[in-house]
Amino acid sequence: MSIIEFLQTYGGLIASGTWVTIAQFLLASAVAIGVALVAGLGKLSGNWLIRGTAVTYIEIFRGTSLLVQLFWIFYVLPLFGLTFDKFTAGFVSVGLNVGAYGAEIVRGAIQAVPKGQWEAAYTLSMSPAKRMRRIILPQALVLMLPSWGNLLIELLKGTALVALISVTDLMFQTRQINASTFLSAQAFGTALVIYYILARFLITPFMRWLERVMARRLGRA
Amino acid sequence: MRFNWNWEFTFEILPRLLAATVNTLIAAGAGYTIAVVLGLVLALAQRTPSRVLTFTVREVVEFIRSTPLVLQIFFIFYVGPQFGIRLSPWTAGMIAIGLHYSAYLSEVYRAGIEAVPKGQWEACRALNMSTRDTYVRIIIPQALPPSIAGMGNYLVGIFKDTPMLSVIGVAELMHTANAIGSENYRFLEPYTLVGVIFLAISLPAAALMRIFERRVRRKLGL
Repeated sequence: MSIIEFLQTYGGLIASGTWVTIAQFLLASAVAIGVALVAGLGKLSGNWLIRGTAVTYIEIFRGTSLLVQLFWIFYVLPLFGLTFDKFTAGFVSVGLNVGAYGAEIVRGAIQAVPKGQWEAAYTLSMSPAKRMRRIILPQALVLMLPSWGNLLIELLKGTALVALISVTDLMFQTRQINASTFLSAQAFGTALVIYYILARFLITPFMRWLERVMARRLGRA
Repeated sequence: MRFNWNWEFTFEILPRLLAATVNTLIAAGAGYTIAVVLGLVLALAQRTPSRVLTFTVREVVEFIRSTPLVLQIFFIFYVGPQFGIRLSPWTAGMIAIGLHYSAYLSEVYRAGIEAVPKGQWEACRALNMSTRDTYVRIIIPQALPPSIAGMGNYLVGIFKDTPMLSVIGVAELMHTANAIGSENYRFLEPYTLVGVIFLAISLPAAALMRIFERRVRRKLGL
């Protein structure tokens, strides 16, 4: 079967899988960014309880595999009375996993904001919260964007694992097609190309654009 | 089923999981060995005078880095038989994981090679060294130490990615936990133990890497 015929027959399935992958990517990114901000700030907190919680979260999620976390959240958490449907379990796991790596990026970027900025904010008698929100975070954001570009590609790749708990994403659909037709090269090859296009021609250019916009808003372009 | 941790069951399955941990470590070690060697090849291939070769290798590395490892594992395992090449799960898994990480390691080496001061190249030239001698005796020995941090990170990374091999039936830790879980209809203990075993290995490994890196840096006077 030629690749054209293959796409004519299975294009619909592949497209629906791609949409699920994109949805998983967007939701997991939102979780990851939120969690990374909270844990990254938490790790810098003066309160040992907050700092300890953040460090524990980061070390646990960076020290084990995404696949282990995914299965644990999907199969074991229900025993504690916390049941997620597979779609939610998918993006929550991926988001929490990537968020732990993101937290380190956030922490590094906040610490990289020049000391004079902290001192200037202090001199203007800004409250710590206001200083963080209006002076430090906006500058840290610009510093961390390039690292986030790489991390979001890792996140996209991570979403392929949600197929293993039967979320009907691109990976899941290609496996189904492979199992029923044995057209492995076409099925998996198409999926590889789609992931590549998403990473290289959507995520990367978007992040580059965002870097430019943010730099300009800070008057650095 | 409610939450009730069964210690008896835990100790019953622990030997089996520890045996599988050995397989996981072997898989990580073998995959890493392939990646270390192949990564160097990919890094050096981007430094030849041929622009076509450089461009091609660059694109291949980008492609491997932007697509999911689990999909690459499936691809290598299932596409072979379509063309008459049958690979065992272990072989296919090692090729996939080795190839995937070689792309990452090639970037680490590339950065290491580019960090070698220009004067070193010029000195080799002045001494009329062959390209081969320049790389083997001057550049690579200097490019490797700064690469150690990156190489260590990816060693831990490869270890954490081995559970993906369970999808094609490599009997590593995750695969064994799945088997135990479905034999006994209990997933709490096997999956939790897998997580604990991973933590017990990767946290000390990461700490050791940091110590090792510091020592190398000190030895080099950095």
